[in-house]
Amino acid sequence: MDWETVIGLETHAQLSTVSKIFSGAATRFGAAPNVQACAVDIALPGVLPVLNRAAVEKAVRFGLAVGASINARSVFARKNYFYPDLPKGYQISQYELPVVQGGSLSMMVKDGEKTVRLTRAHLEEDAGKSLHEDFHGMSGIDLNRAGTPLLEIVTEPDMRSAEEAVAYAKALHALVRWIGICDGNMQEGSFRCDANVSVRPKGSEVLGTRCEIKNLNSFRFMEEAINYEVRRQIELIADGGRVVQETRLYDPDKRETRSMRSKEEAHDYRYFPDPDLLPLVISAETVEQIRSELPELPAQRRQRYMSECGLSEYDAAVLTSNQDIGDYFEGVVRHSLQDGEPFAQADFKLCANWVINEVAAKLNAENLPSWKFGVSDDTLGHILRRLREGTIGAKTAKELFSEFWDEARTAGYERQGGHPQLVNELIETRGLKQLSDSGAIEKILDEVLAANSKSVEEYRAGKEKAFNALVGQAMKATKGKGNPAQINEILKKKLAS
Amino acid sequence: MINSSLKQLSAQLAQKKISSVELTQLHLDRIARLNPGLNAFVTVDAARSLAQARAADARIAAGEAQPLTGIPVAHKDIFCAKGWLTTCGSKMLANFVSPYDAHVVERLNAAGAVILGKTNMDEFAMGSSTETCFWGPVRNPWDPARVPGGSSGGSAAAVAARMAPAAIGTDTGGSIRQPAALTGICGLKPTYGVVSRYGMIAFASSLDQGGPMAKSAEDLALMLNVMAGFDARDSTSLERPAEDYTRLLDASPAGDRAKPLSGLRIGVPKEYFGAGLASDVGAAVEAALAQFEKLGAQRVAVSLPNSALSVPAYYVIAPAEASSNLSRFDGVRYGYRAPEYTDLADMYRKTRAQGFGAEVKRRILIGTYVLSHGYYDAYYLKAQKIRRLIARDFAEAYAQCDLIMGPTSPSVAFAIGAKASDPVQMYLNDIYTVAANLAGLPALSIPCGFGEGNMPVGLHLAGNYFAEARMLQAAHQYQLATDWHMLQPAGVE
Repeated sequence: MDWETVIGLETHAQLSTVSKIFSGAATRFGAAPNVQACAVDIALPGVLPVLNRAAVEKAVRFGLAVGASINARSVFARKNYFYPDLPKGYQISQYELPVVQGGSLSMMVKDGEKTVRLTRAHLEEDAGKSLHEDFHGMSGIDLNRAGTPLLEIVTEPDMRSAEEAVAYAKALHALVRWIGICDGNMQEGSFRCDANVSVRPKGSEVLGTRCEIKNLNSFRFMEEAINYEVRRQIELIADGGRVVQETRLYDPDKRETRSMRSKEEAHDYRYFPDPDLLPLVISAETVEQIRSELPELPAQRRQRYMSECGLSEYDAAVLTSNQDIGDYFEGVVRHSLQDGEPFAQADFKLCANWVINEVAAKLNAENLPSWKFGVSDDTLGHILRRLREGTIGAKTAKELFSEFWDEARTAGYERQGGHPQLVNELIETRGLKQLSDSGAIEKILDEVLAANSKSVEEYRAGKEKAFNALVGQAMKATKGKGNPAQINEILKKKLAS
Repeated sequence: MINSSLKQLSAQLAQKKISSVELTQLHLDRIARLNPGLNAFVTVDAARSLAQARAADARIAAGEAQPLTGIPVAHKDIFCAKGWLTTCGSKMLANFVSPYDAHVVERLNAAGAVILGKTNMDEFAMGSSTETCFWGPVRNPWDPARVPGGSSGGSAAAVAARMAPAAIGTDTGGSIRQPAALTGICGLKPTYGVVSRYGMIAFASSLDQGGPMAKSAEDLALMLNVMAGFDARDSTSLERPAEDYTRLLDASPAGDRAKPLSGLRIGVPKEYFGAGLASDVGAAVEAALAQFEKLGAQRVAVSLPNSALSVPAYYVIAPAEASSNLSRFDGVRYGYRAPEYTDLADMYRKTRAQGFGAEVKRRILIGTYVLSHGYYDAYYLKAQKIRRLIARDFAEAYAQCDLIMGPTSPSVAFAIGAKASDPVQMYLNDIYTVAANLAGLPALSIPCGFGEGNMPVGLHLAGNYFAEARMLQAAHQYQLATDWHMLQPAGVE
């Protein structure tokens, strides 16, 4: 039987506010335990929550960026359960009326553009952390994270493979950083996903029973966990079994998911509107104000790269996969311009090729964050400027770029390699200039033709390959400094005469 | 001295006829003498109080006194006060020393008032008799065999026995007004949002409101002037211009000295005078209404058709909120933790089983039940709808009258233990008071006579939103014409 996978994602994005969502305590990561937990975070008797409007503003920004509707009135509810790192015995969250409703996110997958519909996004507070080591048989509680603002972003069950789920998660990750609402740091837990996974016979309209895989904090784990879970469910059904609705955890060491709690064990959270907080009212003016402050969004930029820069859909998608690489690309383009050359006449394709094939490839290969560019955009742009004006050849350009990047790597990416002035200096001191004197080239070519009469004969006999051999010899004779285009042109003329 | 009004005490302090230290010591001495029999105070810290009194004296000497500077005030043990044991009447918090001040405490401290001690209360303010406290029951100064009402029974008994010139309490369903009525003093629950709830240990957040308890309406006004005010730390606190609650006390709109309340329309709901009201209470309230008419007020028959639903709705909403509010008492971070347990679930179970008393557990169970999946709509949502109906009843009534009057409590104080085993009978004590909490309206109780066993009867006087000054005016004019509020129990001189 052919199976279809159905996936919906719930993502917790930590909003990058200075203080917590319901208290004035700081949200900085990595502080000593409990130094960032004030009376409200500890839930002393008598304390009350006060909503941080900065968190609301970020939630609205997200809603507008995904084309969702912003509810003029939304309600904070209490989700009641006991756990030592949940100081009040309830989490303040939004339940029936979330701040953001609907919307969608589009991204490139291998079959083209994929659109995932969003159900909602709501504000809530994070819990603290339980620490189970080093306490002599007891657990330690760190409430620094308690009350950190989260935006929980919930999709419709629109994804059909682990690959699509990861593509969505990456696009969402890029977007929340792009619009400046979340730092996206997955190691620190700023961006974590739960995946609802089910399978059904292909063609079926009915959803299968789902399992929720909790706390996926890397894209690789997400892909592995979903693929494992899909296999598990299919094998279970194929063996005559039945999927049980439950919450599962992914163990990256064993590369498997395992049951955490079943539906029967699920809590009754006894949601009810929090009487300590008034309904959240957001005026139309506030929404418009936030809309007017939105930056150019990924989809808009992708469109611009295609229509104004003439890039392919693929190139445009790669260059808008996050804001850093797009900004870097535009910086490279600006610095590649000759004096007085307008932006519109830049060689976008050349710059795109370099950023995608050299820069992005290196970031990928070395597993660097999207902003750890070993060579700055102005340095690379300057290299390309000298390439475009014909002073250096492509080979030299690549050598300079690689040398600079290696320098950054050696420095542990603490600093970037090279700088525009150094490009100029090295061209001079190392004599990297292309040989562009046509008289000198003609002289060298005459010598090459005389020394390679066999190739000349073959070419004249119609063997095209022989031409390339002659170019190679010519380049060798110029010690690689010949301008290949110029050599081609002169060589063709000579052979034709 | 012990029967002086706050205004008189303030004048004597200003004229240096007495110092705050002397005034505070005088009341500390009375506490030492009377409290062992009444159990109104759970924490007294003479050194701390006298230090505040000395600071107040310095302030008076420097000519920087405000109306309450130097006046000792008893604090219900529900208000967090920095450095003070704050137990909320519970074993759960028997060892909890608050590291911070409630907003009300801050304001009283800033005004120069002296914290005289922390008063006993029903555990987590859940009760109408001050019998459910971990620290043992409070006794009514008018008859030690009887309850003082609750949950602010300690504050009420402290003022009634003249152990404190004034006190602060909280009122979720009548917890200021009912004990005030049962001990022959005055108590005011302001409009919801007038007094900040920050630092007031939550029972039912949408109903809780702090307020003053004192010997007269005038004293209530002076206390409320200090207690009321916007607080950004309470999202339900109302941001409105400061109000002088004494401003209308002596106003007589028509200028007729003999009929200072002419033009005032007093609504008398027929639902408040039916079955369940003891005849002695009914008679005292009738007499008080007649007195108001003599003062020029006009009596208007009104109806509050959903009155009978207020107690059932209250006993869904209040426990629902309480079940969640009390979840933080889990033995993890502060307060009581069971000495022995096997694992986390066992620690929770034993801590809460041992730390909470029976009435608190009953309400947590009720609240948990009504919020449970499948019952929420039938109980909690239904109760919220009733709440809106009750508010609408009042809105319609206030179209025909300015104030609504009736009994505060269906009977005078009952014997200790009489209703302790019958929660429904106990809950019916709130029948005339809970509606104001459900609607968020202000209401007060003043003494208006005596009933069975020579026990005090309270008159309930309610107004529209922010009508506190008008209510206090009516109460004050009544007290100028009568002396019920001046009478004090025998044996406490």
